[in-house]
Amino acid sequence: MLSIECPWCGPRDEAEFRYGGQAHVTHPDDPDALDDAAWGEYLFFRDNPRGPFAERWCHSAGCRRWFDVVRDTATNKMRPGTPAARKPVSP
Amino acid sequence: MATTRPHPAEPPARLWRNPEPKRAYDVVIVGSGGHGLATAYYLARNHGITDVAVLERGWLAGGNMARNTTIIRSNYLLDQSAALYELALRLWEGLESELDYDFLLSQRGVLNLAHTEQEVRDSRRRVFANALNGIDAQWVSPPEIAELCPILDVSPDVRYPVLGATWQPRAGIAKHDYVAWAFARRADQLGVDLIQNCEVTGFTTDGDRVTGVETSRGTIAAGRVGLAAAGRTSLLTDTLGLRLPLQSHPLQALVSELLEPVHPCVVMSNHVHVYCSQAHKGELVLGAGIDSYNGYGQRGSVHVVEHQMAAALELFPVFARAHVIRTWAGTVDVTPDASPIIGPAPVENLFLNCGWGTGGFKATPGAGWVFAHTIATGGPHPVNEPYGLERFATGALIDEHGAAAVAH
Ligand SMILES: Cc1cc2nc3c(=O)[nH]c(=O)nc-3n(C[C@H](O)[C@H](O)[C@H](O)COP(=O)(O)OP(=O)(O)OC[C@H]3O[C@@H](n4cnc5c(N)ncnc54)[C@H](O)[C@@H]3O)c2cc1C
Ligand SMILES: [Zn+2]
Repeated sequence: MLSIECPWCGPRDEAEFRYGGQAHVTHPDDPDALDDAAWGEYLFFRDNPRGPFAERWCHSAGCRRWFDVVRDTATNKMRPGTPAARKPVSP
Repeated sequence: MATTRPHPAEPPARLWRNPEPKRAYDVVIVGSGGHGLATAYYLARNHGITDVAVLERGWLAGGNMARNTTIIRSNYLLDQSAALYELALRLWEGLESELDYDFLLSQRGVLNLAHTEQEVRDSRRRVFANALNGIDAQWVSPPEIAELCPILDVSPDVRYPVLGATWQPRAGIAKHDYVAWAFARRADQLGVDLIQNCEVTGFTTDGDRVTGVETSRGTIAAGRVGLAAAGRTSLLTDTLGLRLPLQSHPLQALVSELLEPVHPCVVMSNHVHVYCSQAHKGELVLGAGIDSYNGYGQRGSVHVVEHQMAAALELFPVFARAHVIRTWAGTVDVTPDASPIIGPAPVENLFLNCGWGTGGFKATPGAGWVFAHTIATGGPHPVNEPYGLERFATGALIDEHGAAAVAH
């Protein structure tokens, strides 16, 4: 089981989280301008590297917030990702 | 003190040669899993193409072929899926005599359980769809299930009572390693070079054309290159700047100690999320779904194993004292519609067979048959025509998620 560091709650077992796949996949600015191939690319195509991968997790059984990490898909070593737009707030 | 020992028995005859790679082949197949081997065999048998090499980074059929839970069935919902998996099942049924190798195909039948009203409706719909496609399938009630599989708990007072099941009598299991060796031996006899410890690291190209592969044992030229590298396909296509709609995940399974024959068929349940059969030797073989995250570590998380064991106990209280002997994982490549990609790549001379996710073992002969056709002719066989990469742009998806899900 992975131990995942929630930026708000600290390290927790993987079972508390939901996986969100690749991070930083942004919605197209002008969807109407996309042809079918480009729209398919946005919907269905994601990176699939063996090595560092920026990905999203949701602490669904905890604070329920989304955050990014960079995980090595070969070793499962994780480090914090680029800061998400919403920073952790101290209580 | 010297003792005299009896001579060891003669080792069995080798099943295939161990040749040095040549510098060029008509066709190079990347990956010697079941699919790569079956493709090479049918290239030779159906198309007379024998100047073929199958390149394997590790040992022959040591990838998912060695790690799967060997379930074979063809009771898929959609016409495209039914055609593909039933082609495979029909080939399975003649393959032992064709390859002259007993790989223990056991058509003991598969029960897919329904635990909710919605699952009952979906399952019955699948039975009707199977009937329309000429595939054996029946809807069976709890008392009938109790006759087919007496150790299954069909009492109404459990957390998720069994409300019924689909039953495919021709489905079953086969001994996976033997299947690979059977194809390997015949392909070798027909002149195919099976080359182990030869990792493909990239391609040689001429403009938009693939002209060969770079390997850990040098450059090998090829008229055509077929990828049957399962979970590692996108690592290869990345080197061409070609993105594929694939995500590679760990998929786990486990076996118990050897038990007397108690479990007569295969039982799968999407709802409590486990499937279980008993191997020829006697182990219970259990599996469930993929681990949620991408990963190439061939090692999943323990909570997934705990879940599937809890689910198995719900169905089979009799297994409460069975011990787990081994757990393991493969790396499977999953597509957004849970169906494989089989067809030409958008780069000349390159062909794709990937995205089989959790369920490609059952397809082995069918996948080899249509992939060999695609490589030999340059275009798809009618059965794999819907399985091209284009579907992720046209939207003509083959969405088997609901019917395939955990169940392989
Ligand atoms: C735990 C588990 C349970 C499963 N249960 C079932 C089941 O019950 N029924 C079912 O139908 N399916 C099942 N599957 C799925 C099935 O195993 C796969 O879909 C199928 O094996 C994929 O095709 P293949 O045999 O070619 O793949 P593999 O056997 O994985 O073959 C790919 C080969 O390519 C090699 N390779 C990869 N990259 C390179 C490279 N760069 N150079 C050279 N060689 C390379 C690999 O080493 C490997 O040997 C299961 C899978 C797993 C992991
Ligand atoms: Zn949290």
